[in-house]
Amino acid sequence: MPDQVSQKPKMKQMNMIQAINSALDVKMSQDPDVLVFGEDVGYFGGVFRCTAGLQEKHGLHRCFDAPISEGGIVGTAVGMGAFGLRPVVEIQFADYIYPAFDQICSEAARLRYRSNGDFTAPITIRSPMGGGIHGGTSHSQSPEALFTHIAGIKTVIPSNPYDAKGLLIKAIEDNDPVVFFEPKRLYNGPFSGDPHSPAKNWGGHELGLVPEGHYTIDFEKARIHRAGNDLTILCYGTMVWVAEAAVEATGVDAEIIDLRSLSPLDLDAIVKSVTKTGRCLILHEATRTSGFGAELIAEVQQHCFYALEKPIVRVTGWDTPYPHALEWEYFPGLERCSVAINRIMED
Amino acid sequence: MVAHKTSRKNISNLHVPEPLNRPGATPDFSDLHMPDLVSDKTHTLPRPIPLVDAFETEQLASGLVRVLTLDGRAKGPWDPKLDADTLRLGLRNMMLTRSVDKRMFIIQRQGKASFYMKSLGEEAIAVASAMALKDTDMVFPSYRQQGLLLTRGYPLRDLMCQVLSNSGDKLEGKAIPICYSSREKAFYSIGASLGTQMSHAVGWAMACAYKGTDGVSCAFTGEGATAEGDFHYALTFSSTYRAPAIINIVNNQWAISSFQGIAAGESKTFAYRGLGFGLASLRIDGNDFLAVYAAIKWAAERARTGGGATVIEHFTYRKEGHSTSDDPSKYRAKDEPNAWPLGDPVDRLKRHLVLMGEWDDERHEALEKELDTYVLKIYKEAESFGTLTTQTGINPATMFEKVYEDMPEHLRRQRQELGI
Repeated sequence: MPDQVSQKPKMKQMNMIQAINSALDVKMSQDPDVLVFGEDVGYFGGVFRCTAGLQEKHGLHRCFDAPISEGGIVGTAVGMGAFGLRPVVEIQFADYIYPAFDQICSEAARLRYRSNGDFTAPITIRSPMGGGIHGGTSHSQSPEALFTHIAGIKTVIPSNPYDAKGLLIKAIEDNDPVVFFEPKRLYNGPFSGDPHSPAKNWGGHELGLVPEGHYTIDFEKARIHRAGNDLTILCYGTMVWVAEAAVEATGVDAEIIDLRSLSPLDLDAIVKSVTKTGRCLILHEATRTSGFGAELIAEVQQHCFYALEKPIVRVTGWDTPYPHALEWEYFPGLERCSVAINRIMED
Repeated sequence: MVAHKTSRKNISNLHVPEPLNRPGATPDFSDLHMPDLVSDKTHTLPRPIPLVDAFETEQLASGLVRVLTLDGRAKGPWDPKLDADTLRLGLRNMMLTRSVDKRMFIIQRQGKASFYMKSLGEEAIAVASAMALKDTDMVFPSYRQQGLLLTRGYPLRDLMCQVLSNSGDKLEGKAIPICYSSREKAFYSIGASLGTQMSHAVGWAMACAYKGTDGVSCAFTGEGATAEGDFHYALTFSSTYRAPAIINIVNNQWAISSFQGIAAGESKTFAYRGLGFGLASLRIDGNDFLAVYAAIKWAAERARTGGGATVIEHFTYRKEGHSTSDDPSKYRAKDEPNAWPLGDPVDRLKRHLVLMGEWDDERHEALEKELDTYVLKIYKEAESFGTLTTQTGINPATMFEKVYEDMPEHLRRQRQELGI
């Protein structure tokens, strides 16, 4: 499972917050050009605590609070990146990334191209995404497809502490801008998609066992979360765990692929699996129309058309804003995913 | 508040500002907080030490810092007292910029380039800034500061090849004409989204401070784009982190067809906005080479010695259209460019040198001719690399390069799909 771990790493049980914190700490310790800033990330350590202790350990100049100005946060990060620093900025909620959208799409993503490599923006934009925490319209969104549409940036979404740390270190070391979405429902533990079952934490979980030091995970490689023969489930972030629960509930021998990175995308892993199973289910929490599922469907039908035994199905959030009171009617949870699996498995 | 006459009716209570000088009008600049140009009052504005408390620059932000009088004398505490050689170099750089603009405009009209933007009337701002800064201070230009590149000795042929988007273009035709980039000349890549470079400049300046260099960043925006959020981000962040940045607002009165009042609203001056952020702020005569030089020197010293950013409004006038795609006769009075009361930057510096006994009409004409000949010669070299309308000579495979550091699989597949 570990992709590029240095030999015999010292392991530690971490939740996703601690894993992200550890990634930042490792890079800040290694590279004086790495600095962290964003709203409330400094003294306080971030509203989700991902930057806790970093200012105290590395200094005020390495981890500091920024004005409530997402466009300014990303804009100044682009300038620092052009200079040669490796800023890692936090946008407090993905729902608040839109003021920075122009800076990400027109500047960070374009700088290398338009200057023909003269200037680059090696920046990482971290942002908690997704629902399941009663966040309503303004603290639950999954805007990943807006970013996968933009040439020049990478879009990465981990589903567990181990991946979160390895992918974040990779993002920081990457010489291109990376949008790094953290499914906030997974910060403290995996989530089955059933809000009534007791909450789990990462304690004792295999993927919560994280090397203390430096390691990276390549973006180009999807992770086979569960190997199987009869159905391929393509998912990422929170939906990996919902898929796992739904597969368990339905007893189908499904292969769950955790994409980890949407751009770049590991198309080979997808094609290999769907060619084997002949059935494909796509899950995402984001709204359906023009969601990333549409891209996956297009690729799968193009590359696996003759292997397909059933139409490709997607289970997603509805095309509505994320409701507050009706969160679980909106969320593509255990029940909806199970129904979809059973239907796609009908002969 | 001035109620302007306009030919268009407004039957509501909604205030929509209009300029004085629409087509057919006799140019009138009485609404522009213009100084008394006849007396030398504006030449007596004090020059405080660069580390002055920002709020003490208030009269400099509402007034107009000037050095050159219209009859060519250098006056007042802001006189940088440059020697004749430096002044002649400034004149030459401005005239070179003007000559290049003239040639590129012609070749666009000949259909050899898709687009161009002249800086006629604004040459002092870029040229004097480049001369007052260190060559290593990163400039973050808008699209009308080609004088920065030319002053810093960027190869003219490279500049022209960029405009022609030909095989000599260092950017391999990826960017539209005038969106130059040169890290070597500390000239930041020009995008075309307005104002976005302002926060990059502040980030760069923060990085200079973080790394302990004495570098300064120097950004330029037009007055129109001060309405963008990015302008306010830049002011906020440079104020918060005391970034060693110079934030220049080139107020050339026109944002394509929108007069400055559309962005200014009821603001006193554009420079005045800086004061609200606690930044030192100056409003200067942008057609006055010496004033620009002195102001940039002052701001650079303030930034380098830990005083943080300065906002400088360069009060100037865009004598030509916005770009080769624009026709200003459709929206402003025909005589406005020549009636601009602060004159022309080249004429004014020339007059000053003549008055000093360091220049004359003959030498001026000879230099003009020399530069035109040189520019034409270099242009012919540039054209030999192709033009957009004949053959660019750019390998189509390069389209897929430099999107990322390494080409991802999906781009490799798309390149194959194109058959290359």
